[in-house]
Amino acid sequence: MQHGKYRFIVGFLAIPLGLYALFVIWPFIQSIYYSFTDWTGLSPEFEMVGFDNYTRMFQDEIFWKSLEHSLLFALVLPVVTIGLALFFAFMINVGGRRRRGGPVITGVRGSAFYKIVYFFPQVLSIAIVALLFAFAYNPDSGAINSLLRGVGLDGLQPLWLGDPDLALWCVMAVLVWSTVGFFVVLFSAGMASIPAELYEAALLDGADRVTTFFRLTLPLLWDTVQSGWVYMGILALGAESFAVVQIMTTGPGGPDYSTTVMVLYVYQKAFRDGQAAYATTIGVALLVVTLAFAAIVMRLGRRERLEF
Amino acid sequence: MTTTESPAPLPAGPGTPVAKTDASGPRPRTAKKEGGVLNVFSHGVLIIWAVMVVLPLLWAVMTSFKDDSSIFGSPWSLPDRLHFDNWSRAWTQASMGDYFLNTILVVAGSLTGTLVLGSMAAYVLARFDFPGNRFIYFLFVGGMSFPIMLALVPLFYVVNNMGLLNTIHGLILVYIAYSLPFTVFFLTAFFRTLPTSVAEAAFVDGASHSRTFFQIMLPMAKPGLISVGIFNFLGQWNQYMLPTVLNTDPDKKVLTQGLVQLAVSQGYKGDWSGLFAGLVMAMLPVLAAYIVFQRQVVAGLTAGALK
Repeated sequence: MQHGKYRFIVGFLAIPLGLYALFVIWPFIQSIYYSFTDWTGLSPEFEMVGFDNYTRMFQDEIFWKSLEHSLLFALVLPVVTIGLALFFAFMINVGGRRRRGGPVITGVRGSAFYKIVYFFPQVLSIAIVALLFAFAYNPDSGAINSLLRGVGLDGLQPLWLGDPDLALWCVMAVLVWSTVGFFVVLFSAGMASIPAELYEAALLDGADRVTTFFRLTLPLLWDTVQSGWVYMGILALGAESFAVVQIMTTGPGGPDYSTTVMVLYVYQKAFRDGQAAYATTIGVALLVVTLAFAAIVMRLGRRERLEF
Repeated sequence: MTTTESPAPLPAGPGTPVAKTDASGPRPRTAKKEGGVLNVFSHGVLIIWAVMVVLPLLWAVMTSFKDDSSIFGSPWSLPDRLHFDNWSRAWTQASMGDYFLNTILVVAGSLTGTLVLGSMAAYVLARFDFPGNRFIYFLFVGGMSFPIMLALVPLFYVVNNMGLLNTIHGLILVYIAYSLPFTVFFLTAFFRTLPTSVAEAAFVDGASHSRTFFQIMLPMAKPGLISVGIFNFLGQWNQYMLPTVLNTDPDKKVLTQGLVQLAVSQGYKGDWSGLFAGLVMAMLPVLAAYIVFQRQVVAGLTAGALK
């Protein structure tokens, strides 16, 4: 298969690689370079300023707030989302009533239905979901407060997105709502491939469901959980959190910078404030946080691979 | 997560004494009872979450048929009559029709481009040995974990200098470039699983490398192309961040930005019912397509994470 091999390889790789290098790799390299300049983005002129942007960043109170919120997103969202998803997936696959003569471990009735419904938010654009919930959270006429009034909780009418102490949690709840279904389906597929004999053996040994879950299901599912964890963290630091914060919160990023996240701050500095160089500096910090997050999760989660 | 430290991963026979269990024999009664309680409990929890997922969506559909005063006055009341005029207003006056058209154009172009270019690159990387193969592969795959926003600041000016800012074809090229990492990652793995003998036979019969690829390998890779195609379709159809930065011309807006734009401007115009109609209009086709192609969509979206 040597004839014309290299011509073929070059011919096939040139366009995809060229496009990728021009629109993805090159901008990344430029970004890191620009973070050492005073480029505004408005004019082509700029000078090298060394580490000035980085010194400024470390003294920038809003940067620290955005970092804190981003870290909170990266820690809380995967824990809550994956925890809920594991719980639901376990209920769907193992929570069923034992039928006479049937297998020891069964899924609940209608498990297919639950999986279809839970997956709904995953196919919708996060922008649409964010808009929808921005209305639902509206303190006067939104669906949530009006529901609370409807069940007699007139005293409980939070400002939701308008309350600096609450806004960030409201935004996170939307991300949980929209991503849990994906992980339920993912983990269900993993649980379905665990052999039933293992469950039977566990039951014969007298393990209850909780023990079965922590000693059997979770360890066998660990690889999937771990990659889901990294995937969710990257989403929570990147595009998804940008969309929800930018669309839902006042400011955006408010009230009083209580919801600003790094990815939004990069966007605002570059395209609102005309401080492109400083924006790339925050972007580099975001890159460091993202890579560190992935490395820590992979490292902490390392364990022997189980074959079954 | 406390489970990271759990020492014994497998319930290895006698090694897992469970304190409260009477190990002296089968316990049909308690087991049955536990199963029953768990069954009620699990159904309860599962139904609550199902309601929490469906309720906001149904609420949006219902609201899109109401008039403005009842949207604000009584968010949960049923519409007094079905205000279909909300929908026609959204389609024409609020230019939802244009946004749909723009989105269809962009996604049609970028999805085709992503699949063609992605499978070409993946095939070469999966099947041919050459210096730099690994490096190029990791260059592509590395793109999956980098925060896109970092690249977007200079990318804006790259695209601007090429005269591609606020154009449909510019957006298509950028979508393709940012879809390549996952597509190449997924399809490289897929091409590796395909048998080599068929391609070799074709080659012996005198087919060129590119003919072997287009006429033999691509048809064989169809299941993989469908999975990754669905994944990219949803990602590109729902894309928000890239167009927000690179596509600010009101006439060229895609669906997601158009809706957000609409929501901002409704603050002045006050046509909330039209906005809800627009929201539902954007939601329904994707949900309908999902329900029809449910199995393929789930396979396509979860395939990557399972690898």
